[in-house]
Amino acid sequence: MNEATLEISLTVNGEQITKTVPVRQHLVDFLRNELGFTGSHLGCEHGVCGACSVRVDDAVVRGCLMLAVQADGANVVTVEGLTETGEIADLQKNFVERNAMQCGYCTPGMLITAAELLHDPKPVSREEIRGHLSGNFCRCTGYHAIVDAVETTINKRLEEG
Amino acid sequence: MKAPKFNYIKAETRQQALELLDQLGEEGRILAGGQSLMPTLNMRLSQPGTLIDINKVSGLGGITLEGNVVRIGAMTRHVEVANSPIIAEHLPLIAEAMQHVAHHAVRNRGTIGGSIALADPAAEMPACVLALGATLVVESVKGRREIAAEDYFKGLYETAREANELLVEILIPVEKLGDVSVFLELAQRHGDFAMAGLACVARVSNKTFEDLRLVYFGSEDKPTLGTGAIAAVVGRTWSADCKEAAANALANDLDPMTNLQGSAAMKLHLQKVLTGRALDAAIERAGAA
Ligand SMILES: Cc1cc2nc3c(=O)[nH]c(=O)nc-3n(C[C@H](O)[C@H](O)[C@H](O)COP(=O)(O)OP(=O)(O)OC[C@H]3O[C@@H](n4cnc5c(N)ncnc54)[C@H](O)[C@@H]3O)c2cc1C
Ligand code: FES
Ligand code: FES
Repeated sequence: MNEATLEISLTVNGEQITKTVPVRQHLVDFLRNELGFTGSHLGCEHGVCGACSVRVDDAVVRGCLMLAVQADGANVVTVEGLTETGEIADLQKNFVERNAMQCGYCTPGMLITAAELLHDPKPVSREEIRGHLSGNFCRCTGYHAIVDAVETTINKRLEEG
Repeated sequence: MKAPKFNYIKAETRQQALELLDQLGEEGRILAGGQSLMPTLNMRLSQPGTLIDINKVSGLGGITLEGNVVRIGAMTRHVEVANSPIIAEHLPLIAEAMQHVAHHAVRNRGTIGGSIALADPAAEMPACVLALGATLVVESVKGRREIAAEDYFKGLYETAREANELLVEILIPVEKLGDVSVFLELAQRHGDFAMAGLACVARVSNKTFEDLRLVYFGSEDKPTLGTGAIAAVVGRTWSADCKEAAANALANDLDPMTNLQGSAAMKLHLQKVLTGRALDAAIERAGAA
């Protein structure tokens, strides 16, 4: 079978992009290999680890379980985009302060997933933070420091209104 | 790993999707949320010739209350079901079950139709639709067909839907006033597939179960009604004896499969424990109502 391809147009981190892609290419391979956004990582490539999390039209999704062609017309944001806009600068600072990453492989996915709790922050328990991050594996930290960093960021945002 | 080569067609209309399904036969595969299909492609466990993407087909999503029936479009994402006020009010069993369905990011894409089309034996929604006596609506180029949940789940990933049929909607009668429901599940990690679980719908009066449905999942090859356990409980005043009788009867209702989530013996044990807990909770909820 020949490699089927399609042309797609989408916005990635604020930039309009048009490219022809193999239809079987998943979104993270497109972002990493075609566009050089290597912030989105691939751990398991079958939906279990969350390292590939990206934001598509304002919702966090598994980048390994979505085809690049399905992002045609979408607005895609990776950890690079989130960093550039400063949207999660406080969360990132708290990750560093609390030592919430060691090898860093899971970190972009953790940040993007946790960012959803920060849009419109509400008081949340540590249990709820753990629930929200339950689809993201970390093989280094034991999660405690990650929950700390997210909790601190939410509380700070709530304090500052 | 990477997905094998396939063709991809983004269906624009329902009719186009149905025609493609009809023409392509076994070679065509619907792509809904992709949260189960994409992993099997990436692991090369399946190799469809053509993916028919129905994400942009209009009219396949949404949750509406029509009389005494809640209609859920097949493409309704798990996150929408979880956040729906209609579901919370009229189908509390589903609202409770949704908390166990996968993780945040998976729920943002995965659909209720995909879950019921796939019929994973450890999935929550198939058990719920069986417990609630739902009707599954499928459509092909030849027309529309309604299948009762009891007749729909046939075996491991096997359903009464034909290869040329699209699951289009799920019709669920609202939970009756005075009924209570309980959903319990045990999983290794929150949001993972179940090791054992059950969906319970009950009518209780004076600590006696007048009517009861117990549907087990995670242990059997398909969602399974615990007829013996139900018979052991209905009409008797709830007691420790009654709980034991239900657990004993369950051994004949279930024939658990051993898999990565646990051995057959452990699953049977867990289902017995969950049965006691669910019935206790039903009595408590009925008392509080
Ligand atoms: C890490 C992880 C954890 C998960 N945990 C759970 C869990 O705890 N509980 C749970 O229930 N699920 C879980 N899932 C699966 C998830 O809920 C899926 O979304 C769901 O099972 C399938 O829905 P989908 O829309 O993604 O379907 P897809 O993956 O797109 O399709 C699945 C199958 O159904 C067919 N299909 C889909 N829609 C239709 C339709 N309308 N008509 C005909 N055929 C159709 C497809 O052709 C395919 O064969 C998990 C997934 C992952 C990755
Ligand atoms: S790489 Fe996507 S979930 Fe693991
Ligand atoms: S920091 Fe290494 S996996 Fe999380």
